[in-house]
Amino acid sequence: MAFLFALFLTGLANAAALFLVASGLSLIFGVTRIVNFAHGSFYMLGAFIGVTLMELLPGAVGFWGAILLTGLAVGLIGALVEIVVLRRIYRAPELFQLVATFGVILVIQDLALMIWGAEDRLGPRAPGLRGVWRIFGEPVPKFDIVLIAITPVILLALWYLITRTRLGILVRAATQDREMVGALGVNQAWLFTGVFALGSALAGWGGALQLPKGGANLLMDFNIIGAVFVVVVIGGMGSLPGAFIAAVLISVLNAFGVAFLPESTLVLMFVVMAAVLILRPYGLLGREETAGEHGQVGAPETPIRPYGPRGVALTVALLVLLAALPAFAEPFLLTLVVDITVFALFAASLHFILGTGGMVSFGHAAFFGGGAYAAALLVYHSETPMELAFLCAPLAAGVLALGIGWFCIRLSGVYFAMLTLAFSQLVWSLAFQWRSVTRGDDGLINIWPADWLNAPMPYYYLTLALGVGGILTLRHIIHAPFGYALRAGRDSPRQAEAMGINVGRVQLVAFALAGAMAGLAGGLFVFSKGSVFPTELEITKSFDALIVVFLGGVKTLAGGVVGASFMTSVEHWLTRLEYWRLVLGLVIIAVVILMPEGIVGTLKRLAGRLRPSTEEAPR
Amino acid sequence: MTLLRRTVLATAAALALVPAAVLAQDAGKAPIRIGEINHFKRLAAFAEPYRKGIELAVSEINAGGGVLGRPLEFIFRDDQGDPAEAVRIAEELMTRDGAVMLTGSILSNVGLAISSFAAEKHYVYLASEPLADTLVWGSGNPYTFRLRTSTWVQAALLAEKAATTDAIRYATIAPNYAYGTEAVEAFKANLKRLKPEVEFVAEQWPPLFKIDAGAEVQALERAKPDAIYNVTFGTDLAKLVREGGDRGLFEGRDVYGLLTGEPEYFEPLGAEAPEGWVVTGYPWYDFAEGTPGGAFVAAYEEMFGETPKNGSNVGYLTGLSVAAAIERAGSTETEAIRAAFEDLDIPDTPVGPLHYRALDNQSTLGAFVGTTALNDEGDGVMVDWEYKDPTPYMPSDDEVRAMRPAE
Amino acid sequence: MTEILRADTLRKSYDGFLAVDGVSFSVREGELKALIGPNGAGKSTCFNMLTGQLKPSSGEVFLRGARITGKRPREIWRLGVGRTFQITGTYASMSVAENVQMALISHHRRLFGFGARAWKLYRAEALDLLRSVALDDQADRPCSVLAYGDLKRLELAIALSHRPRLLLMDEPTAGMAPSARIDMMQLVADVVRDQGLSVLFTEHDMDVVFAHAHHIMVLNRGKLIADGNAEAVRNDPRVQEVYLGGGTLFKEARDA
Repeated sequence: MAFLFALFLTGLANAAALFLVASGLSLIFGVTRIVNFAHGSFYMLGAFIGVTLMELLPGAVGFWGAILLTGLAVGLIGALVEIVVLRRIYRAPELFQLVATFGVILVIQDLALMIWGAEDRLGPRAPGLRGVWRIFGEPVPKFDIVLIAITPVILLALWYLITRTRLGILVRAATQDREMVGALGVNQAWLFTGVFALGSALAGWGGALQLPKGGANLLMDFNIIGAVFVVVVIGGMGSLPGAFIAAVLISVLNAFGVAFLPESTLVLMFVVMAAVLILRPYGLLGREETAGEHGQVGAPETPIRPYGPRGVALTVALLVLLAALPAFAEPFLLTLVVDITVFALFAASLHFILGTGGMVSFGHAAFFGGGAYAAALLVYHSETPMELAFLCAPLAAGVLALGIGWFCIRLSGVYFAMLTLAFSQLVWSLAFQWRSVTRGDDGLINIWPADWLNAPMPYYYLTLALGVGGILTLRHIIHAPFGYALRAGRDSPRQAEAMGINVGRVQLVAFALAGAMAGLAGGLFVFSKGSVFPTELEITKSFDALIVVFLGGVKTLAGGVVGASFMTSVEHWLTRLEYWRLVLGLVIIAVVILMPEGIVGTLKRLAGRLRPSTEEAPR
Repeated sequence: MTLLRRTVLATAAALALVPAAVLAQDAGKAPIRIGEINHFKRLAAFAEPYRKGIELAVSEINAGGGVLGRPLEFIFRDDQGDPAEAVRIAEELMTRDGAVMLTGSILSNVGLAISSFAAEKHYVYLASEPLADTLVWGSGNPYTFRLRTSTWVQAALLAEKAATTDAIRYATIAPNYAYGTEAVEAFKANLKRLKPEVEFVAEQWPPLFKIDAGAEVQALERAKPDAIYNVTFGTDLAKLVREGGDRGLFEGRDVYGLLTGEPEYFEPLGAEAPEGWVVTGYPWYDFAEGTPGGAFVAAYEEMFGETPKNGSNVGYLTGLSVAAAIERAGSTETEAIRAAFEDLDIPDTPVGPLHYRALDNQSTLGAFVGTTALNDEGDGVMVDWEYKDPTPYMPSDDEVRAMRPAE
Repeated sequence: MTEILRADTLRKSYDGFLAVDGVSFSVREGELKALIGPNGAGKSTCFNMLTGQLKPSSGEVFLRGARITGKRPREIWRLGVGRTFQITGTYASMSVAENVQMALISHHRRLFGFGARAWKLYRAEALDLLRSVALDDQADRPCSVLAYGDLKRLELAIALSHRPRLLLMDEPTAGMAPSARIDMMQLVADVVRDQGLSVLFTEHDMDVVFAHAHHIMVLNRGKLIADGNAEAVRNDPRVQEVYLGGGTLFKEARDA
């Protein structure tokens, strides 16, 4: 019993930092609707700045003063990021800002490496709080008790701020109705800046407060961001008490998981999140999102049309060039084009459900990696001929998508996104932990194509044929009745249902189709690389695809393909620089600011300005 | 201010990299290029010292006339820790940048991806830092050689020490991924062989770099083990040491730490470094002046103004190995280099003679085993250490042959 | 005239509050019938139970004698019931014609077609429908640039596309200029006459109601207090009581 209680206390203590960081993210999302991927970076900055300040300021006053100052410093950095980057793109399509925050992550990573160096820093101890108290005979670190005591104080302080102050009233008003704040005569830009700064400061405090239990290192940002999103979603996005309950729930469950099911801790929180979302689609204390909140904001798309003669000619020219490439290009260029094509198909499949279907998936890698694994497992375990195994990649991925989609399509917006993420994490953990079948993170290796394809040129043509074929098929479907039905369900689900469209079924089929296409990309991938590892199922893989779709232009048909080609080429070239992440981050931020409709969207608009079309002018 | 300058310089240097290489080519004999692929950013704390070790080796080799009369040059490329990215870069290095062989990787999965690719394309790959033994055993191939001491051997060394104590009940804690499981299995197998009566009463598997140290310590304590075998490293180790120390987990218990004594992991612990653990590591501070080890440490400090890590040593040995193999091959042809690596002998390295076994392409780099203590300055160090030749601890030749796929 | 729609003691309660309390009525073929009542009377709730958007707490809905209670909106639509919304729900990313074509594609059960080009399908039919609401000259404009009144007419065209026998219209003239309202209702009345279909609509504007509705139902606090022709409803003392504050409505209606 004493053991269980002590374990419970450990969980509570762990909840402190998690709650601080999560409450900041929840606040930012609630008011600005920004899904801030860079929130983990503010947490990391908090840890590094905290360590530095604690080294400068002596004693207990110095320690707690350093924590306080750290929050303020990180808050200032957050404000800076908001003013310099995010403020310029609030009018961009929903979730577009997450691309910018991804750029911010890269910039902060390299800046932190420059400033603090590569080595891990051990956090200083809290003065006077070293050692343990005994509770029912069990040792409990003194600092744990302090953390347990601090957390509710912070919750109360936030609660007071939100419910009892003018700022809080504005924040709540903005959370419920952004337009209304403008109507109240408040400068919305400064409210957003203030909230972003507060949210960042909370993350910074979280980073500083955990120092006595850990330290600062360059992997902290990615290591916490998953857990933070899980907490915010389980609690209900925008709900501070929800974030508190969820932080405690996750931390305590995790502590018990460690003690009783040690191998479960990789996925425990994602299982909990999936369960919560299936039972309560808006989190524990979340509010149902009003329709359209996460649909397409900003200027609506113009009606789609297949390319005219000029577009067709350009596409054909590009394809002819690609087909002729082996005749004059060096061999490595073929490999690069294969990689680009595979990624472009993967991105196009995500773009299909995201752009045409309005379904933002954070877990699309499950189908890319799922397809790759399906083929690789067949080859590895039963020496299935490559051709047959290859066919199984899209099939298996499609079936997997059908299963996962069945649970996910009843949700929408960010909750849909997070449930797909949870499922993709489950798939990842299956590949990671079922070692007897998948070899865990040793991966499946020596998965090479059949002899007739096992050379750069034949495989290049196979990839080109299937990759381009897949992309064109998806494009064709967008113009087909099914694509229209999918778009109808996105534009107005209510109207679609009222004209006999089974929106759920249409979305499910689209999801499965996108999964199958991602699986096809995964099949092409595995035989080109000869191996597959759980990294192909990781969250970062899903985000890579998401980012290029937004970067390319979510409201265009070619956005995913163009974004993928752009990103792969730029990244491949930049990684040979010393501080390539800094440069890449700045490039992404620049693209985001200069091209708020994505690369294709903005080019299209510019072209339209140069050559105004008479077709759409009112008559 | 210096920061800004450093950034500008670094970026400028990086941008200038390609023209500089071209210039060098024009100026004299074309360099022999080696493609080095690593996670310089993602695991900067481990990759940076490794890179510096290579740079030191290269500068010494070139000062001594290079290899085959040509300068040696490493092309460093960042793979972001992504196996697929690494494979693409490997191909670019070999087909476009004129590399004659590949080296690198810390993460085992990246090492395995490059290894599989190298075997298929017939490129020589020296897996310098990956920890997974399957690289040379279960998934071994003729084109992949491996420098770093095998996990099996390091675990066997600790098991040998453990077998001499009275401890019966053992608990293990290891990061939940392939290296962690491999390290635990190796320790169990060796210890059970030496002392069949031992019991393993708890196995903890924290996710890599996401340890919940408080709960892990409580779970270990609850099993009431006589001894603990630790495989965690990096931030996980720091947190474990802190929570375990506070909660008295290590009191009256033997603790065995795989790699715990490597400066990468041990130095950040500072004055909180645990005392009395039996660990493998890299005690550079004890290398006497005038010995090959001491000379390496002095040269490293001279060149970089910092003390070496274990990665520095591995990087340095990577440079030496590559140079020796190409020198022995007498050419830069792949097959010649591959043949030269088999049974390659490098008599003088900072750790003594080094040999690449033809049996499994594994080097005979040994391991330093010792006990942790705090020195007079209050820093954690290894004491009573000895450098162990791995050969007696390897599986038998027949066992190795059975594990390796038929060639 | 035979009965096409019948509601039988419909009830809907939210956390104990009875929004609709035992409402029964019927709509006959070829009839243009209005459902009116003050704000919060339960019109929309009542309406949404007929169209499947809401499930009644109790009571039944029959379409041509067949029970449709609790069926989904799309199932009710397939049974030949069209509907329009108070706040229009058109597809902003499609052209005007494509909005109608979408309904036709659904009607012809070709939603899961992967081959054809959607904007080529049923275009002639769609243009016919647009002509019937005088929108054919705007067929190829993006739906997002239409004026509000045009959107309402587009919605009517969409609702008529599967040749429904019954049309349920929630505030068909809401948000329109007064003259446009009359035009809109005239359009609806013409359609009813030409195609012999039945319409049930809710409406705020009493001019519209009394000018066009054959029969009028009045809902107050969830209960039906009157159901009859314009004259009978106008003279109903209970209705007068309910609308005492808004007596101008009746004055205007009398003037009209």
